[in-house]
Amino acid sequence: MARMATNRRVAISTVGAWLAGFLIFFPILWMVLTSFKTELEAFAIPPSFLFFHWTTENYATVQERSDYIHHALNSIIIAGGSTLIALLIAIPAAWSMAFSPTKRTKDVLLWMLSTKMMPPVGVLVPIYLIWRDFGLLDSLTGLVIILCLGNLPIVIWMLFTYFKEIPKDILEAARMDGATIGRELIYVLTPMAIPGLASTLLLNLILAWNEAFWTLNLSTLNAAPLTVFIASYSSPEGLFWAKLSAASTLAIAPILVLGWFSQRQLVRGLTFGAVK
Amino acid sequence: MATRQTQLLARTLLTPAVALLFVWMIVPLALTIYFSTLHYNLLDGDTQQFVGLENFRYFLTDPAFLASLQNTLVLVGSVLGLTILLGIPLALLLDQPVIGRSFVRLMVIAPFFVMPTVSALVWKNLLMHPVSGLFAWIAKSFGLTPIDWFNDAPLFAIILIVTWQWLPFATLILLTALQSLDEEQKEAAEMDGARALSTFVYITLPHLARPITVVILIETIFLLTVFAEIFVTTGGGPGLQTTNIAFLIYSQALIQYDIGSASAGGLVAVVIANIVAFFLVRIVGRNLEA
Repeated sequence: MARMATNRRVAISTVGAWLAGFLIFFPILWMVLTSFKTELEAFAIPPSFLFFHWTTENYATVQERSDYIHHALNSIIIAGGSTLIALLIAIPAAWSMAFSPTKRTKDVLLWMLSTKMMPPVGVLVPIYLIWRDFGLLDSLTGLVIILCLGNLPIVIWMLFTYFKEIPKDILEAARMDGATIGRELIYVLTPMAIPGLASTLLLNLILAWNEAFWTLNLSTLNAAPLTVFIASYSSPEGLFWAKLSAASTLAIAPILVLGWFSQRQLVRGLTFGAVK
Repeated sequence: MATRQTQLLARTLLTPAVALLFVWMIVPLALTIYFSTLHYNLLDGDTQQFVGLENFRYFLTDPAFLASLQNTLVLVGSVLGLTILLGIPLALLLDQPVIGRSFVRLMVIAPFFVMPTVSALVWKNLLMHPVSGLFAWIAKSFGLTPIDWFNDAPLFAIILIVTWQWLPFATLILLTALQSLDEEQKEAAEMDGARALSTFVYITLPHLARPITVVILIETIFLLTVFAEIFVTTGGGPGLQTTNIAFLIYSQALIQYDIGSASAGGLVAVVIANIVAFFLVRIVGRNLEA
């Protein structure tokens, strides 16, 4: 009797969860399907769900029309560059606060967090003017700098929460054995910190890849990453849905895969350790 | 037990990050404050004139400000409400024994990784288009008149898109919290004959109070500055119907080139965000001690 009730419960919740999951995922699925249709079929009513003439011509058109590869490379440089530089600055800082905390460490951490609370639009005007005067508008350097600064607090926080979980006794044991700080870093700390470093790297790549305030406002063509490339499809030009879908699929596919890998760290990173 | 040498080292390692963030916070903010007191329009050449608080008076009494403040509040409030009201049942569902749970989880989390420009344009064109969108086709199959989303209910359309983007975040956080809930406590309640509803109200919901607060605060920070979704779909229109504070400041700065007024608006946005940040920092800080 009890067993039957459990089976029924599993069946009901399974059906419910799959239905909800499918509904939430549907817009993405629909976009991918549309990207393989011809423009006429993409616009057709009633829509065809699977039985249409599958074609990959939209993907070729997207590349010809607006040089997808150029913008994809920009996205890789901007997201990768800003994340790596942020890590280089954040690792020593987080290491220092996790292993040699002082009375003020907590205040410093909270202050760093508060810089992330500043709405970007509040400093849009000065940043735009400074960027203009230094010739940084529509340059990769300019976007790497701004995204690096914008994500630095999150990087430091994530690393700090990971570093704090490394048992201190191990470091002390290494120190007793006469290890210098350099050796301590390379042989003891690094291997234990790699999982935390990897998830910090992943989450920040995702955030930088999808950042769409500074990229839209500070770049137009040369340095434009995929967010801006997609925005160029906002003015309709004849039948363009299949092309829009193909461009969108290309823009989100790499980061969706990375995102699925890092989903378990997502909660921790985005709540600054407040929910684990 | 740290020696003076390691303390010095620790401080040296911390300095670059602190210095950078300090400059990043102070310089643009100081400039914004400075510009907000000037009559300064890029179209007038380089004439700058001190006008005191004139820009604030202009910005705060501009009917566009009240409209955009209202839109901002409606947008933030609705998305918060929807993501939490839908997120709780969804998290509870995913916490049940579900066959293929990790795959369902992947589907649910996916929208969070879609860049804002993509989700906005895909929703606007493929789903919400009044003639050939999927929603229009569904409405017609039930004999209803399709809704012309971006003309008849533009702000609601934006709300739906943003909710779709943030629902995964709320669900994932609530699910993480649910999974840390003590199973024994729930089982004990069931043994005592508690019904599912009272277990939920008296055990699960109180346990979720903190994660819900965290969701509200973090989402608010991001939702106050929703920009790309409006930029690529409506451009703030029709009229001012979808202009929020972030978009209003953007249009004053980079469309009308009114540096003074946009700066005053920027400071208003900073003040609003800081009120929220104050509470968030306190909650996170309390957790840091625990």
